[in-house]
Amino acid sequence: MSDIKNIEATEVQKEYNILNLGPTHPATHGIFQNVLKMDGEIIMHAEPTIGYIHRAFEKLAEHRPYNQIAPITDRLNYCSSPINNMGWHMTVEKLIGCEVPKRADYMRVIIMELARISDHIICTTIIGQDTGATTGFLYFFQMREKVYEIYEEVCGARLTTNIGRVGGMERDFSKRAIDLLKKFLVEFPEYLKEFQSLIERNRIFMDRTINCGPITGERALAYGFTGPNLRAAGVDYDVRVANPYSRYQDFNFSIPIGTNGDTYDRFMVRIQEMWESISIIKQAFEGLPEGPIHADVPSFYLPEKQEVYSKMEALIYHFKIVMGETDIPKGEVYHSVEGGNGELGYYLISDGGRTPYRLHFRRPCFIYYQAYPEMITNGLLSDAILTMSSMNVIAGELDA
Amino acid sequence: MELSNMETSNLNELISAALKSRYADKFIGEEQQYDFTVYTLDKSVIIDALSFLKTDPEIACSFLTTLCGIHMPEQEGAEFGMMYQLQNMQKNVRIRVKIWMSKDNLHVPTATGLWPSANWMERQEYDFFGFKFDGHPDLKRILNMDEMNYFPMRKEYPLEDGSRDDKNDKMFGR
Repeated sequence: MSDIKNIEATEVQKEYNILNLGPTHPATHGIFQNVLKMDGEIIMHAEPTIGYIHRAFEKLAEHRPYNQIAPITDRLNYCSSPINNMGWHMTVEKLIGCEVPKRADYMRVIIMELARISDHIICTTIIGQDTGATTGFLYFFQMREKVYEIYEEVCGARLTTNIGRVGGMERDFSKRAIDLLKKFLVEFPEYLKEFQSLIERNRIFMDRTINCGPITGERALAYGFTGPNLRAAGVDYDVRVANPYSRYQDFNFSIPIGTNGDTYDRFMVRIQEMWESISIIKQAFEGLPEGPIHADVPSFYLPEKQEVYSKMEALIYHFKIVMGETDIPKGEVYHSVEGGNGELGYYLISDGGRTPYRLHFRRPCFIYYQAYPEMITNGLLSDAILTMSSMNVIAGELDA
Repeated sequence: MELSNMETSNLNELISAALKSRYADKFIGEEQQYDFTVYTLDKSVIIDALSFLKTDPEIACSFLTTLCGIHMPEQEGAEFGMMYQLQNMQKNVRIRVKIWMSKDNLHVPTATGLWPSANWMERQEYDFFGFKFDGHPDLKRILNMDEMNYFPMRKEYPLEDGSRDDKNDKMFGR
């Protein structure tokens, strides 16, 4: 009875609901948990929990020789593993001061841009899927399969590629790989155009995504955004232009930017980036020079198996590389590449030992996912789902 | 967007001179590590320095790229380090700032007041190394489970459970 007395008659009793979005909900496309405080359908507060697929990559890397770390990087952003692999190889190359031949660099650019395309295909089609446009997902997703077929031909794997080696590429493009690539260059623009015209100016899609989960350029920078999400907010920062690697300065491409930083802008930036990527691939493919596909660094680049069986030096180097007995300079190096989601950085401290002394991954997802609660607060629950898929948060990269 | 090397080195000289005059004996050193200039400062001035580097109109290294902890148990009295990487996007200059501290005092002032992005990055370093970020709004574990009672990235913790004897890593481990 006394409790009832304490409540003033004028006070409006408001009740909030607590809703667990995730950890394993099909709409979150990965293991992400958000505890939401809901006022009806409006989100008042969100508390994300991460770490469900944490695999201790930084610790693991301290116990593995340099060439065995590339497979770990596959599992960061597994939608575009080749970019992660190349980023790691380039970090080691920077440490040992190795100059990669032009052909290898161009081959890397082709593979990396294919990876960017496959990454953006996933993100854009999933935005379509979450707004109810399953058609795009079913048709356009075929192109991802074509990209994976090219990977398969180049390195033998599809998802976790471990493509390239320290010093260059592990093998040259085969005839079939070149045929597939040529076919892709013809087919892909048609598919992309079809997908674009299906969704881009669709009234329902636009109403659904414009002003959904917006962020200003200033806030995006404060939250450490990089990549397409930052560019959607209007900041033209791209690692490929700011600090070119792998001879990106040879190619002519522009950086698409948005204005509002909302879901529609993030979608459009990714669509435009695919056009830029395909143009870069064309330029690299047309200008692909003849020459060696790897630098002359015998103590890091595994020799041909045939030579290992027949030549003494090759056998010695093979043994040294596999056992991790090569000398490596001391020092600390940071190298970053433009990953599918933003600036993917490797901070490496070497003490001259067979494994890195410390390896820190700058994972773009991990840094920008912090802004998620701010972006969805005071919005609808259905917008929160869409915001997450348009940010392209990849669990593997988030949790490392 | 590409700038000449001269402008980059000019800004680096400016930063170096400004930090030296501002912090005198608290400015411990400066070295070139590949394409980065690394400034080592005393822990007591780190937030002041970061805030200066961020807000100074000339320097304007206003983007926090990343931060991470380092454990070097063989450095007596300065076993733990923190590195902050800042970037001036307009002039395309990237710098690294480092502090070192003894294992008995892992308190570091938080950078969350300067960048909201530092929030999870600092939580991650607390989670793995046990740095205590003073003033952090929500300092708890982020990737590991809450019940964990050690800081796994410290060098004294082995990769695998030490009680196992079925694996001999003498040939392959560090």
